Amino acid sequence: MWLGESAALGRVSTICLRISKHSLNIWPHISTVRKALYEKLMMIIFMNSSDSEEEACNERTSLISADSPPAASYQDGLQAPEAAETQTYRKRRTGGSCSPSDADGGNSDSGIPVREIAVDDKEEELTLKYGAKHVIMLFVPVTLCMVVVVATIKSVRFYTEKNGQLIYTPFSEDTPSVGQRLLNSVLNTIIMISVIIVMTVFLVVLYKYRCYKFIHGWLILSSLMLLFLFTYIYLGEVLKTYNVAMDYLTLFFVIWNFGAVGMICIHWKGPLHLQQAYLIMISALMALVFIKYLPEWSAWVILGAISIYDLIAVLCPRGPLRMLVETAQERNEPIFPALIYSSAMVWTVGMAKQDAASRSLTQQTWDSAEDVREIHDNSAYVESEISEARSPAPTHPTTSLLEDLEEEERGVKLGLGDFIFYSVLVGKAAATASGDWNTTLACFVAILIGLCLTLLLLAVFKKALPALPISITFGLVFYFSTDNLVRPFMDTLASHQLYI
Amino acid sequence: MTLAVFFGCSFIAFGPALGLCLFSVVREPLRVIILVAGAFFWLVSLLLSSLVWFIAVKASDPGDEPLQKGLLIFGVLFSVLLQEAFRFLYYKLLRKAIEGLVALSEDGCSPISIQQMAYVAGLGFGLMSGAFSMINLLADALGPGTVGIHGDSQLYFLTSAFMTMVMIFLHTFWGILFFHGCETQRWWEMVAVIFTHLIVSGLTFWNPLYLGSLIPSYLLMFATAAWAYVLSGGCTQNLLRSLQGEYLVQPHVQRRSPARDPASEG
Repeated sequence: MWLGESAALGRVSTICLRISKHSLNIWPHISTVRKALYEKLMMIIFMNSSDSEEEACNERTSLISADSPPAASYQDGLQAPEAAETQTYRKRRTGGSCSPSDADGGNSDSGIPVREIAVDDKEEELTLKYGAKHVIMLFVPVTLCMVVVVATIKSVRFYTEKNGQLIYTPFSEDTPSVGQRLLNSVLNTIIMISVIIVMTVFLVVLYKYRCYKFIHGWLILSSLMLLFLFTYIYLGEVLKTYNVAMDYLTLFFVIWNFGAVGMICIHWKGPLHLQQAYLIMISALMALVFIKYLPEWSAWVILGAISIYDLIAVLCPRGPLRMLVETAQERNEPIFPALIYSSAMVWTVGMAKQDAASRSLTQQTWDSAEDVREIHDNSAYVESEISEARSPAPTHPTTSLLEDLEEEERGVKLGLGDFIFYSVLVGKAAATASGDWNTTLACFVAILIGLCLTLLLLAVFKKALPALPISITFGLVFYFSTDNLVRPFMDTLASHQLYI
Repeated sequence: MTLAVFFGCSFIAFGPALGLCLFSVVREPLRVIILVAGAFFWLVSLLLSSLVWFIAVKASDPGDEPLQKGLLIFGVLFSVLLQEAFRFLYYKLLRKAIEGLVALSEDGCSPISIQQMAYVAGLGFGLMSGAFSMINLLADALGPGTVGIHGDSQLYFLTSAFMTMVMIFLHTFWGILFFHGCETQRWWEMVAVIFTHLIVSGLTFWNPLYLGSLIPSYLLMFATAAWAYVLSGGCTQNLLRSLQGEYLVQPHVQRRSPARDPASEG
């Protein structure tokens, strides 16, 4: 029943930092020296990681100049440097997310590779200039979610007790032999992932046939359940742990207010920080549910499988998420979103501008604000909790982007599915690593670094990327190695009080 | 063991580092990233050295006490050397990052200098090293028990906290020294860092003779601090002035000659 939740929330798991569409007309004069510097930069950055930085350049230029619709629309939706005016116009027209409008603008760029590079040079600069801030804007909520999950796991016994399993993982792991257990966990994973795929495809089909009301209602129902039922259970368990008595009236009052405000904040409008707090809380609740109900080995295999699925679904031309994005772009609608965490703060730093520009600026500001809200509204629709599909929306780190020139505050969006799975990894590490805090800490750092690398790749490749694979891979590697290799070493050192 | 022990030890161990972080790192996103990446590099070095030690232990006879002790000593030495190797690797990475930042910036000036990076990287190493040494102890300190009931030292938690603090500081200063040595091609500075690290780790073999391990470590820490301070451009005048309340705030941003004349752009 909560699979859909995870599916929905999980699917928005691509990150994309969309760079400002400081359009070509703003930087037509950038010299070739810049281009050379840009290429040198690519070389510098990728010297260690890839064997040929030229590949990156070529891939990008080939993507830019490619005319095949899937590639163009998909990546153009996220990078399109475009005239600011047309941007504004489109945004006003659609009132939707930045991506679709960008997609349209992007298509016009396919034929101008050289200028693209020149523009990208400036964009690259802007990206890196703003990149660190965006990374921190994502570090903080991810850290908060993980802290909530780890604190709950370590203090509330309920979430580490074995009390049955989800129907999506029917095979039990209480088998005597290791091989049988492994087989059961792999089977559980296969079932889970296929359910997710089926649901995602179902959702894409629903979206294609414009069954918006159905999806809308479904999402509201699932967020209702999350905000009321799961919160009630959570609160009950926390009160039990600390032996605090609470009468039903107070409980009803608290939960009603919490849930109602949550519904309003998530599905409609609310203060940004409150919205962010609610999104973090529901991600944590969802992650706790997974930690409780997924058997041990299945959880690890599922984490690995989901990051592979994420990779395929977002990057392959026939992936469901990609198809969904393209459909949304064709219709010039906001990309069909799941719950997306947005750190968008929409304001502009004052500067001397001509009147027209400043007017368009405020217009864009307004539109971006509306955008963000819309995306939030839309993203809520896909939150499926009742065994629905993974929301096919890639985490379109559609930065709520103000298409204006310098000095804008841009936000970054990350799908709640990413929050959930990061927290599941760290929570499982906290729950099962034999009381060892080092493992939890190692997984935490690994996930943060994975996120950082993903954002860096994003800034360089400028196309939607899945946020799960790198972080989950690092997290899994560090979990198993810290638990099995580092722990005995550190324990031996600690017993002799040696320091390295 | 009580909350008092828990809070006391955690503030002893992490208080100064937390202060350093709060006042110099958390405001700047780039520094936070460098901090976390530094922690990651230390973690990777620990992982590899644990792997080596683990393989050695598994391949040897677990009942042979002197052998196990020898393997432990080998493990510690290897870990120290690997940590310094990863510090060097991190230096290389940060150098490339600075070149990238300079190339991308508008005025040919990196938003962060290599000295600042050295400080933050050292702090990252130190924080992770301290966390790995101390967090499990702190978690145990919250629970029931009596320290040293089997005849071990009763000051275990306290001395661990002090040792952790000195290690965090040392890593920070080593970072500054090491990066400076790499920058100015003074290999003896790097050798001095490695040497000092080995000495400090070796001194901990004298635990629970805490006089033998803590006091020399602290002396070494003060010496390294002074050296790092001098290398970072400090002088006694500045020190006196800051103690008297005149705070000198000079962001040390390294200016690079622009690769191109900005006027020629566009």
